[in-house]
Amino acid sequence: MAVLEILRWPDPRLRQPSLPVKEFDEELKAFIRDLEDTRRAGPAAVGIAAPQVGRQLRVVIVDCSKTRKPVPNHGHLVLVNPEILAWEGHVLGREGCLSVPDYTGNVLRAERIRLQAADADGSIHEYDMEGFEARAVQHEIDHLEGLLFLDRVVSRHSDVFRRKTSK
Amino acid sequence: MEKWYMLTVVGADRPGIVARLARELFALGANLGEASMLRLGGNFTIMLMVHTDLDARALEARLAPASADLNLRLHVDPIEGRLHQHVQPEVRIRVHEADRAGIVAEVSEALADIGFNILALDTDVAGADDAPWYVIQIEGVAPSGLEAVAAALEPLRGRGVELGVEAIDTMVG
Ligand SMILES: [Zn+2]
Repeated sequence: MAVLEILRWPDPRLRQPSLPVKEFDEELKAFIRDLEDTRRAGPAAVGIAAPQVGRQLRVVIVDCSKTRKPVPNHGHLVLVNPEILAWEGHVLGREGCLSVPDYTGNVLRAERIRLQAADADGSIHEYDMEGFEARAVQHEIDHLEGLLFLDRVVSRHSDVFRRKTSK
Repeated sequence: MEKWYMLTVVGADRPGIVARLARELFALGANLGEASMLRLGGNFTIMLMVHTDLDARALEARLAPASADLNLRLHVDPIEGRLHQHVQPEVRIRVHEADRAGIVAEVSEALADIGFNILALDTDVAGADDAPWYVIQIEGVAPSGLEAVAAALEPLRGRGVELGVEAIDTMVG
């Protein structure tokens, strides 16, 4: 059990794109365990991405199975080299980030995605995701590109109602 | 000793209000905190937390020339100000209707009755002069839960008011 240090904005390492995982070895599995320990150690986070602990590697963990209000989810997921294959719809929702404490904001995300990712052993899986879980995955994949939700926050006044009706 | 103030500003909207005031405050060595700056009905309005060692009267006096140039009304109140005290909204309420008489009072009273704490409330008027319609958006904390909010507002629905109540589930990752 190792809890790693979470980098906080404006640490420049959060802005670096991450590299694909090539070796699905014991070192990777050990790192994934540490990443999960780190996710669980802090404030309630449904996801975490490797660059948040200073590893520029395309690895994220998402677990939407324990939210206060249940949401459609695929349980505890280790997503290695994740790729979004398709997007559909868009929806505004509130986000926060372990790397950006004391701030939350509204972000527009795809409502449904089709995702492809390897697991910790290197087997490829596809997932159809929606809503909260799809949002979590998009947030984490942004981390792999050096993006933060701060880059996507929209004003409270560009409100949900108008966006939904004006399209 | 440094103190927090709430600076309140209102005046006919024009370009450059924020730039001038922010520059003056920076020149005074003041720090800015959280703020709301909005155009309302052709006026520009500012509620701005300011941190400075000046007293309220001195701060007002130092901003008076800029305020006069821009034709603004400006007011300073000492406040108990603290940063990093954000409260996360749990519920969003949207109300829209074509005939507003009393709607803000009715909605907010129904919410107050169940202990709902309003963190932000925006109202807007859209449509046209002869056919206005009203939009209210509220975000807040509901100690008695989402269902209690929906139940408290339900009686309004029967009278031509359209409303939506939804949970704000903040995704942290
Ligand atoms: Zn994040």
